[in-house]
Amino acid sequence: MQKIFETPLYPYQRSPDQDRPAPARHAVVVVGAGPVGLAAAIDLALNDIPVLVLDENDKVSFGSRAICFAKRPLEILDRLGCGERMVEKGVQWRLGKVFFRDKQVYAFDLQPQAGHKRPAFINLQQYHLEQRLVERVRELQRRGRNIEIRGLNCVTGLEAREDGVTLRISTPEEPYELEADWLIACDGAGSLIRSLMGLDFVGRAFEDNFLIADVVMDAPFPTERWFWFDPPFNKGQSALLHKQPDGVWRIDLQLGWNIDREKEKAPERVIPRLKAMLGEEVKFELEWVSIYTFQCRRMAKFRHGRALFAGDAAHQVSPFGARGANSGFQDTDNLVWKLKLVRDGLAPDALLDSYDDERVYAADENILNSTRSTDFITPKSPASRAFRDAALDLSGRFPFARPLVNSGRLSVPAVYDQSPLNGDDDPALPRVTRPGAPAPDAPLGKSWLLDPLGGRFQLLGIGADVPHRLEIEGVEVEGLVLRAGDDPSGALADRYLGPARQAVYLLRPDQHVAARWMSYDESKVRVALARAIGKG
Amino acid sequence: MTQLITTPNIEGPDDFYAELIALHAGRSVEESEAINARLILLLCNHIGDRQALREAFAAAQGEPTP
Repeated sequence: MQKIFETPLYPYQRSPDQDRPAPARHAVVVVGAGPVGLAAAIDLALNDIPVLVLDENDKVSFGSRAICFAKRPLEILDRLGCGERMVEKGVQWRLGKVFFRDKQVYAFDLQPQAGHKRPAFINLQQYHLEQRLVERVRELQRRGRNIEIRGLNCVTGLEAREDGVTLRISTPEEPYELEADWLIACDGAGSLIRSLMGLDFVGRAFEDNFLIADVVMDAPFPTERWFWFDPPFNKGQSALLHKQPDGVWRIDLQLGWNIDREKEKAPERVIPRLKAMLGEEVKFELEWVSIYTFQCRRMAKFRHGRALFAGDAAHQVSPFGARGANSGFQDTDNLVWKLKLVRDGLAPDALLDSYDDERVYAADENILNSTRSTDFITPKSPASRAFRDAALDLSGRFPFARPLVNSGRLSVPAVYDQSPLNGDDDPALPRVTRPGAPAPDAPLGKSWLLDPLGGRFQLLGIGADVPHRLEIEGVEVEGLVLRAGDDPSGALADRYLGPARQAVYLLRPDQHVAARWMSYDESKVRVALARAIGKG
Repeated sequence: MTQLITTPNIEGPDDFYAELIALHAGRSVEESEAINARLILLLCNHIGDRQALREAFAAAQGEPTP
């Protein structure tokens, strides 16, 4: 049977653009139809911005690649109209076990705080995720949205100007040129756009190889994340076992630096390694094998005039913590509403500089976390190894050592504490909902707080009246009022009121808190909104 | 203000010192290194105070304590 990642989902088709005497001009061109590029395109289409996606390939991701998708990206996918289908297909897990040498040292429960629509994590092969994003693109096309994916369209030349970019594109036929008002580069860690623009991508390389093997097996392993430090079947190295849908298991084995990569990828080398790990009796089939190395690095700036970089094209992290694809979704979530306001002439161009401010800050947080995890998993000095082993050894007997064990600090969204867009705060309200934070979900009887949030500026009155509609600086602000009766579990009050009896929140189109007060004051809302759109 | 106690604070210093050395009697270099690492983690957690710990790190590598 042909696998989904072997099927062309957006095969090459000749575009009328290829026959025009002069290059066609597009509003936004997204380069790269991976998870981040597709999310950007869907978001743009939902904002009525015509978007063209160019991809050098014509299929979804080959092999599973990214597999862990965290709560915040799932909430973003909900806003894009395709969270449910990811969660339905994905595997939910919450229990993690840590092994050191030949024994389990402890287990941890990722059980998130109750009262969120989405789980802490799901595991889902990247190809399943991308397939569902492509389905969503097709749905939007059927509804008349201006969104197009062109497969086997590879950007080979780029000229950046003050008012846009010109792209030279190779195809299975002759090459052609296109112009774009805006370019969003989501073309991965090896970004061609970044190279064509001569931009740097600096950081730290890690001298280590990891074997990744996705195996199909019918095995009694539970739906948990198992992580081994220095296991008997992979002495001196680490190992990971994680479940995906369709009976596929992700196995990650650290191999060290001085290896013959081609030889290690061969089934006659891989299969004995897996048998040593899984047991001789377990029957399995290899779905995908790859060897990877990694770096933690980012571009100095994610915005270069009319070209904006998102996802791995802008920043790269080690896989520990699942902070790659997850942070990429948060990039485009941050970017698209700003681009819309600037494009509509409602916000100054400088609003897009706040994309840099906020997402560079988030990238640094992700790089810091994933670098620390990597240093713990692969100690770089004898002293580092001695402390690592000491922490693991003690963690079995003493709870104090468990928070020191770092097999990946799983992706959580950044709070933009330093953002120039943040407005008033009332520190008497809970810290979790301070300006810059993504609005946390809460159950409202049969629905969820986040269901109607996002896509536009909103004023949320909790126990306080706010107008149904306001227009400030030409930007529409929708008012929503919630009362104590809407909050049967008390989670809304916990997260948004604390000891206060009422509060008013100004929320951005990406569901982040812009400002908050104890009561409604139109003049204060006006100032905060102006600030949130870069006029403050 | 300095958090790290740098004046004598252990009762029976000779007994304490003998116990510390006895911990390593007959151990290989690797075993001693592992014991020391575990000991440091246990003691750091017992102290808990980040400022005191930072001052101890500074003192241990020969820097003046603040």
